[in-house]
Amino acid sequence: MTALSLENVNKSFGTVHVLKDIDLTVEEGEFVVFVGPSGCGKSTLLRVIAGLEDATSGTVRIGGDVVNSVPPAKRGIAMVFQSYALYPHLTVKDNMGLGLRQEGADKSVVEAQVAKASAMLDLDSYLTRRPAELSGGQRQRVAIGRAIVRDPKLFLFDEPLSNLDAALRMNTRVEIANLHRTLSASMIYVTHDQIEAMTLADKIVVLRDGRVEQVGSPMELYNNPANRFVASFLGSPAMNFLDRSVPGLAPGRTIGIRPEYLSLSEDGQIAGTVTHVERLGGDTNLLVRTDQDETLTVRLFGQDPTEVGAQVRLGFDPARAFHFNAAQERVTADAA
Amino acid sequence: MNTARRTLGPTIAAHGVMILYTLIALFPVFVIVTNSFKSRRAIFRDPLGLPTSETFSLVGYETVLKQGDFFLYFQNSMIVTVVSLALILIFGAMAAFALAEYRFPGNALMGLYLALGIMIPIRIGTVAILEMMVSTGLVNTLTALILVYTAQGLPLAVFILSAFMKGVSDDLKNAGRIDGLSEYKIFFRLVLPLVRPAMATVAVFNMIPIWNDLWFPLILAPAEEVKTLTLGSQVFIGQFVTDWNAVLSALSMAILPVMVLYVVFSRQLIRGITSGAVK
Repeated sequence: MTALSLENVNKSFGTVHVLKDIDLTVEEGEFVVFVGPSGCGKSTLLRVIAGLEDATSGTVRIGGDVVNSVPPAKRGIAMVFQSYALYPHLTVKDNMGLGLRQEGADKSVVEAQVAKASAMLDLDSYLTRRPAELSGGQRQRVAIGRAIVRDPKLFLFDEPLSNLDAALRMNTRVEIANLHRTLSASMIYVTHDQIEAMTLADKIVVLRDGRVEQVGSPMELYNNPANRFVASFLGSPAMNFLDRSVPGLAPGRTIGIRPEYLSLSEDGQIAGTVTHVERLGGDTNLLVRTDQDETLTVRLFGQDPTEVGAQVRLGFDPARAFHFNAAQERVTADAA
Repeated sequence: MNTARRTLGPTIAAHGVMILYTLIALFPVFVIVTNSFKSRRAIFRDPLGLPTSETFSLVGYETVLKQGDFFLYFQNSMIVTVVSLALILIFGAMAAFALAEYRFPGNALMGLYLALGIMIPIRIGTVAILEMMVSTGLVNTLTALILVYTAQGLPLAVFILSAFMKGVSDDLKNAGRIDGLSEYKIFFRLVLPLVRPAMATVAVFNMIPIWNDLWFPLILAPAEEVKTLTLGSQVFIGQFVTDWNAVLSALSMAILPVMVLYVVFSRQLIRGITSGAVK
């Protein structure tokens, strides 16, 4: 059964066309991540799914039912916001229980659900506190707890980790992944951070300018991007795009090589000068300016002695390179 | 606030200026209060002197309290001020919420229309208002005053409150919607508590002009049983003789309730004024 399906969904604010013909399905129990640069419409899409914005045209189905004119509270969804959006005047417990109480659930049911969620998220000792007395990470856990309590058909996450510091972000990411395994619920997660997308998703939806660029599992998108945008958006450091430095490339064509597939070799095709070295311990990133004046990143595993200013030659396996035409679409190497 | 970096000189200068201003601002109040405790002769002989055992007199207060109607005037002023404030706050907040929260055609135009009242003094329409009150039979009622003051206070209230309401996090309101709160509950339970400092600001800005107003009570409600305190105090000011003891005593007493209300709102007010600056 599909948890969510979108057919030809469009959204305009006045004359600004924000979402353009979005077609999408989310299967039961699937973790889907919407990713894209800011302003690509991913948050708007989430709001349309939640019912906080109306779709200008198209059909939104949740669990098989058309919900276009159903208010958010009746859609069987729960949402976690970037700014936590906890009710400042309510305790943690009341924050988590409010949704169920509004639905008219029994007091004992609310208690039981809140207890279950707080146990799952280690919130038991904070239940009587107010949001102002909690740290950022705790607040976000309460916000997630509030979503769990409602036992929704579909979880919506709107950049839930953006306000946390790096270490907490990692922990909370793992927590969300565990939550998904435990609850085996359908989840939609919006982020601009490709690492969150890669690590959490069963399926990634890459959006740009209100259009779906590509849909697929993280590794599918990584290994087989449909166009230059997807190729550049996923992966860190980002893919290198060269159109002058590689000999024998047809005009108008660009070649894309991931930093880890470049290697230092005496007989490499690309010659250049090292302009910067980042030593991360486990990896070493070299920034190289080629003789044709293009900058590229090389990711070497382990520690490497190369110094700034060194003349290097870089080689790569042609099978690992992606070719793009002038319209930035992916093409096969032979078509050159 | 970084006090460590401030040098002593400017601090003293700043406090000096503020103390000087406070003295200037409080001086008339001080003169009114001290003179209200003095005999009539002492008021004229030495207006700036403090009451001594010789000049001390409560005759002003006695006159005012014996006048009998004073408590009625007091009550009228209180009713008019409190009810008007309540109406300004509730309707102003509701209009502000609609303007800040909902996209509808003419939203900006409506906001401008509501803000127009800030620039056009309501007194220009006094004649029309009087005609309206006469034809609706509201002359010489407190309702007339309450309606006029509510109309007078709403533009600024809508203007200030809508600016603050735009600052309330959208996520919070949306979280409420997802949890099934109605728009009314979102307004009363989530948004209003968060704009409380702004509400206090609006309340204080409106309270004092309403309490002190002489114009509309004189024109719309001059009858004995609906006189407000400011209007009532005028009985002691005659064309030829003015009972200064009584006038000063009445004024001194009129300060008290406003002061109480002000103290109630002031804690919120300080937060309201600084909230834009430090956040």
